[in-house]
Amino acid sequence: MVDEKLVDAIVAAILEEMNKAAPQDTDPPKHDTRQDTILQEMQSTTSARVGVGRNGSRLRADTYLNFRADHAAAKDAVWLDVPQQILDDLSLQTVQTLCQDKNEFLTRPDLGRRLASESLDVIKKLNPRPCDVLVYFADGLSGKAIAANAPDMLPILLDGLRQQGLSCGKPFFVKYGRVAAQEQIAETVGATVVCTLIGERPGLGSPESMSAYITYHAKMGMPEAGRTVVSNIYAGGIPTVEAGAYLAELIGQIHAAKASGVNFNRA
Amino acid sequence: MQLKANLLGKSFSFKDVKEVLAKANEEKSGDKLAGLVAGSDLERVAAKTVLSDLLISDLYEHPAVPYDIDDVTRLIIDGTDTAVYNRIKSWSMAELRAFLLDSQTAEADIKEISKGLTAEVIAGVCKLMGNLDLILAANKLRVTATCNTTIGERGTLATRLQPNHTTDSVEGVTASLFEGLSYGCGDALIGLNPVNDTVSSLAEILKRFDAVKQEFGIPTQICVLGHITTQIAALKQGAPMDMIFQSIAGSQKGNEAFGFGIDTVREAADLLRQKGTAKGPNVLYFETGQGSELSSDAHFGSDQVVMEARCYGFAKAFAPFMVNTVVGFIGPEYLYDSKQVIRAGLEDHFMGKLTGIPMGCDCCYTNHMLADQNDIENLAVLLASCGVNYIIGVPAGDDVMLNYQTNAYHDAAAIREVLGLRPIRAFDAWLERMGLSENGKLTKLAGDPTFFLKGGKR
Repeated sequence: MVDEKLVDAIVAAILEEMNKAAPQDTDPPKHDTRQDTILQEMQSTTSARVGVGRNGSRLRADTYLNFRADHAAAKDAVWLDVPQQILDDLSLQTVQTLCQDKNEFLTRPDLGRRLASESLDVIKKLNPRPCDVLVYFADGLSGKAIAANAPDMLPILLDGLRQQGLSCGKPFFVKYGRVAAQEQIAETVGATVVCTLIGERPGLGSPESMSAYITYHAKMGMPEAGRTVVSNIYAGGIPTVEAGAYLAELIGQIHAAKASGVNFNRA
Repeated sequence: MQLKANLLGKSFSFKDVKEVLAKANEEKSGDKLAGLVAGSDLERVAAKTVLSDLLISDLYEHPAVPYDIDDVTRLIIDGTDTAVYNRIKSWSMAELRAFLLDSQTAEADIKEISKGLTAEVIAGVCKLMGNLDLILAANKLRVTATCNTTIGERGTLATRLQPNHTTDSVEGVTASLFEGLSYGCGDALIGLNPVNDTVSSLAEILKRFDAVKQEFGIPTQICVLGHITTQIAALKQGAPMDMIFQSIAGSQKGNEAFGFGIDTVREAADLLRQKGTAKGPNVLYFETGQGSELSSDAHFGSDQVVMEARCYGFAKAFAPFMVNTVVGFIGPEYLYDSKQVIRAGLEDHFMGKLTGIPMGCDCCYTNHMLADQNDIENLAVLLASCGVNYIIGVPAGDDVMLNYQTNAYHDAAAIREVLGLRPIRAFDAWLERMGLSENGKLTKLAGDPTFFLKGGKR
């Protein structure tokens, strides 16, 4: 019934993948040695929780507890604020959207896209003159992502932009911020290109993942397709330092092309 | 038509049927976001009170979106059996509810009446029912459909095996596929959500699914859930495909935001009949979820339960093999916490079955909702107890690509064990032939993905 060739091909391909991928740090279920090897080969091909074994038709305790720990970390990423010390170290002043608290932020995306005039005044005071590029941070759905990535990201990104002769605005931090707050912010400052670095909705394996949303001439009412997105910025995705250098280059290209999003892809 | 009610010494009035329906909805953050929610619990009950006295004809005559501007409304109205409707149109909503719950009302009676119900009527009666009412009424109904195998038979609980991968690596997907099969998952579907929505990527995964299905003789269905237009293109190029998938909405505008229309669905179904790998006749797969219309501003001032019911009315016109609500995926701005998710799951399952479609549920949550794995395990057991066609299975509950959690591969086996349910019959027999199950219980060989690399039963 079974085609030996198919099975051999799958085994060979998995072995090849295994050589490419990093080893897993979770223990496979207890089997004989030969079986352990095959199982590890399979596990090396995916970050999914395969080969976890079972207690009857339920998860084993270690699988269950790993899952619970990862869910706890993901929830913390959503609910915990960015530590003030990190913002202070980077001289990032905090402004807040119209959301009063985390709960309102989660349930009212419309309010997370707008800032009150007092907040806009603060941003204007930090950035009295228009600039080529405005970079700022927003917590979004993971404060942990900002805490983990901002310190390495900011100096590399700003250096990379200045080396291209681009004038950079003064960065700041938007609390309870959604991506689409960037239109109002870019218009207020008069930024040619705006880059919002924002915490992604965390998965179990990636609570520290950050995204960059880059827009040329962001304007209220613009389509979502006008943004260029770089996601998965974290140790397990695009490492922060590498991402910083890449973003500087990309923003330079967007500035030169005078287009972002689908229009940039066509350019 | 009476749009006023006095309740505990207070009087409440509503401007139209749409407002009554919206305010009669159980509390949902999405209705709040849309500005449609009742101002108080008492107003909510007042709206339910008004609704209970409205006639079926009152709701029939006030669709959420006008007939002239919306093809979903036209599909639903044109698909309604006029003779049946005329027989029941003067029933009050409370009478419809009583009919559904009456111990003397059998499955065939409900299925007959269902031909005369529009989405707004189905959503309306749902708002007059508590959770156990929804469970009891849904349990009377089974809706079967046939692709390669037949889903929805009484006594079965099927699963969609969802072997998602962060980069669509074929070997990584296969590892997850073997893991799931070894737990008895995959009888409804082996179906991947791709990262890369390209013809070549879809075709590559489909070829592997087809090869595994052929080599091990697995009686099931395969699908890769790209955009409907990508799947059509892949099918035209000869990719093996049993079914075509699409996310749907309850209004034409919502479907346009998803980038397809009725013609696209018809093209997909026609093409599958010519070039698909399934016997059929049911070859389509739809996903829904409360709130998706609001997110594309395509809800026309209606609440998310009404718009969800309209998705089912749309789906029914195309005789799908499977439809599932992805109940907790959309986020807390639409369904805030586990209470709202569980309620929505029970509502959607009931409404889907009453509409007459083969209904499943992705019992799931994201990490920014107030819900956890316990909550969706609860929901899965509740739904399995009233005969949901299928749930989803992913490795240990964690979908590494979509970044959300749903049922684990393990869960279906546990629920089948608790409730005495079995997989789809042909698949169940296959599991026994492979030595992975015996009398509906996992054997020693089960739960080991390497089983398939060693060529199956030893």
